[in-house]
Amino acid sequence: MTATADVHPTELEQERSVGLIRDALQRMLRNRSAIVGLVLIAIFLAVAALAPFLAPYDPTRGDLLQSFKPPSAQHFFGTDLQGRDQFSRIVFGARISLTIALLSVSIGLTIGLLIGAVSGYFRGWVDSALMRVVDILLSIPGLLFAIAVVAWLGRGIPQIAVAIAVVNVPIFARILRGSLLALRDTDYVTAARSVGVRGPSLLIRHMLPNALGPLIVQATLSLATAIIDAAALGFLGLGPPDPSTPEWGTMLADTYPYLRDAAYLAFFPGMAIVLSVLGFNLLGDGLREALDPRLRR
Amino acid sequence: MLKFIVRRLLLLIPILLGLTLLLFVFIHLLPGDPALAILGERATPQNYARVRAALGLDQPLYAQYLSYMGGILHFDLGHSFITNRDVVNDFLQRFPATLELSIAAMIFAVSAGIPLGMWSAKHRGTWMDGLGTVGSLIGISIPIFFLGLMLKYVFAIQLHILPDSGRLDLATYGSIPRVTNFLLIDTLLAGSLGGFWSALRHLILPALALGTIPLAIIMRITRASVVEVLNEDYVRTARAKGLPGRVVDGRHVLRNALLPVITVIGLQTGLLFGGAILTETIFAWGGVGRWLYDAMTTRDYQVIQSGVLMLALIFVLVNLVVDVGYALLNPRIRYS
Repeated sequence: MTATADVHPTELEQERSVGLIRDALQRMLRNRSAIVGLVLIAIFLAVAALAPFLAPYDPTRGDLLQSFKPPSAQHFFGTDLQGRDQFSRIVFGARISLTIALLSVSIGLTIGLLIGAVSGYFRGWVDSALMRVVDILLSIPGLLFAIAVVAWLGRGIPQIAVAIAVVNVPIFARILRGSLLALRDTDYVTAARSVGVRGPSLLIRHMLPNALGPLIVQATLSLATAIIDAAALGFLGLGPPDPSTPEWGTMLADTYPYLRDAAYLAFFPGMAIVLSVLGFNLLGDGLREALDPRLRR
Repeated sequence: MLKFIVRRLLLLIPILLGLTLLLFVFIHLLPGDPALAILGERATPQNYARVRAALGLDQPLYAQYLSYMGGILHFDLGHSFITNRDVVNDFLQRFPATLELSIAAMIFAVSAGIPLGMWSAKHRGTWMDGLGTVGSLIGISIPIFFLGLMLKYVFAIQLHILPDSGRLDLATYGSIPRVTNFLLIDTLLAGSLGGFWSALRHLILPALALGTIPLAIIMRITRASVVEVLNEDYVRTARAKGLPGRVVDGRHVLRNALLPVITVIGLQTGLLFGGAILTETIFAWGGVGRWLYDAMTTRDYQVIQSGVLMLALIFVLVNLVVDVGYALLNPRIRYS
């Protein structure tokens, strides 16, 4: 104790926060489900990045002579009504789903972070007002809300991302506010305050880094729900405006009338959604365990 | 306790006021003009002005909002711009279908989720727990519409053991008078056991599809909560004083572990209403989900505005009931 007594408090804290991140990383890498999740996500990211090299056919152009071919060596996942190769479409579809997911969570996280930080830091009437708005937003079923936003903004990948982001904003805001409120009375915040740290510096340098854990977990899980929501919008006919776009949910909706004879057309896009979503859910779970101090015993 | 309930009820007022304002502003930001949509090719300037006046769209926005709020206080939520039918009537006619489906899904989710979570927790660390954890994660990761399609493919198309869509067999469809619009109840009221059986069979696949995600979530929360309670001193004491395992599990573990589970069950209602849109689409189930979706794609402002408002109202009321139930079960909440 005496050896560290004369160290400046911020130095101590920085050292501890590096330790915290390294500790969390190590614990996450020891977590089997997190590893499986990471591998799944890495596969989907690689597929999205390398789509033009991996896809054997053009995802939007079909050959009518080849329509409704079951899975084979030529067409791994079969072909659809217009003779388009399902495998190529699913490979390119990874780009669309991951883009929407990353975009929507980034937007939602940024706005949610701002609202949550303002609310949790200032408290008082600002907090009350913001949290009532959050309550209102949370009282509308998420998918209905997203449908309404797409109806308002029009169809398109950025619009879909914004619609899903809007659903996420109140969730992020609520979580960050909760963590900040819990931190306000901790000893180290009181200590920082007592040595004169005030305002944005207290919030950004001392409180936020310690409040981010639950938010990171939620962001990972939100990536999973964003993929599902994007596919749900596509399934309901609110996907990207060009009907030949290889969006997973739209693909499922297109194959719906042929379920009796060509169930493989529904199976493969569905499995692509399940596996990518499972990847983010596994990682989110692993992160939660790694970041939760109560599980550190 | 009464004070707690009254305070929670009073808190609902600003939320609902805010919600009406938000919906109103939002709806008027939607592109497209309902008067033009109704008139289509018959839109002469005179016709256009007449229809706008009939819909009240020629009034300033604040006047439109006030007249809308005035209507709400008289339980008049307006008429559909497209069908001119009363929105409240349409909602009440369809809502039982959605509610019947949601209740069935929730019964499935709770009756399977709590025992599975408890079982997983009691075997924590073993391969059985691992299996449960992975299974519940997969349950959360399957989109409702994909699960619905697969259930339909396997049980209706391949095995022919369950109907693939609708709420009743065509043969019985016309013969059941609609009293409550809950078909399980209406068929019984009509004394038609065959109809009841048919309604029940039609309910199974949609309920499984809609209930799987809540099932997985309830299972995970139950597991986490039971694991925490199992470590408590009072559980050890109960075992040490020689109570049979069954009594400890029921009276000491489950009772304390269920508190967070109840909250989650309440929060799932919102998810169910959202999921109902997808389930109702796949299984041609005539509920509010599909009705609202159709309203959004046809820009039927009045239906969207009022339908979402009613769903949100039900959602906040369910959560209020859950909160009150929570306070009843856990006296510590009431005083904070």
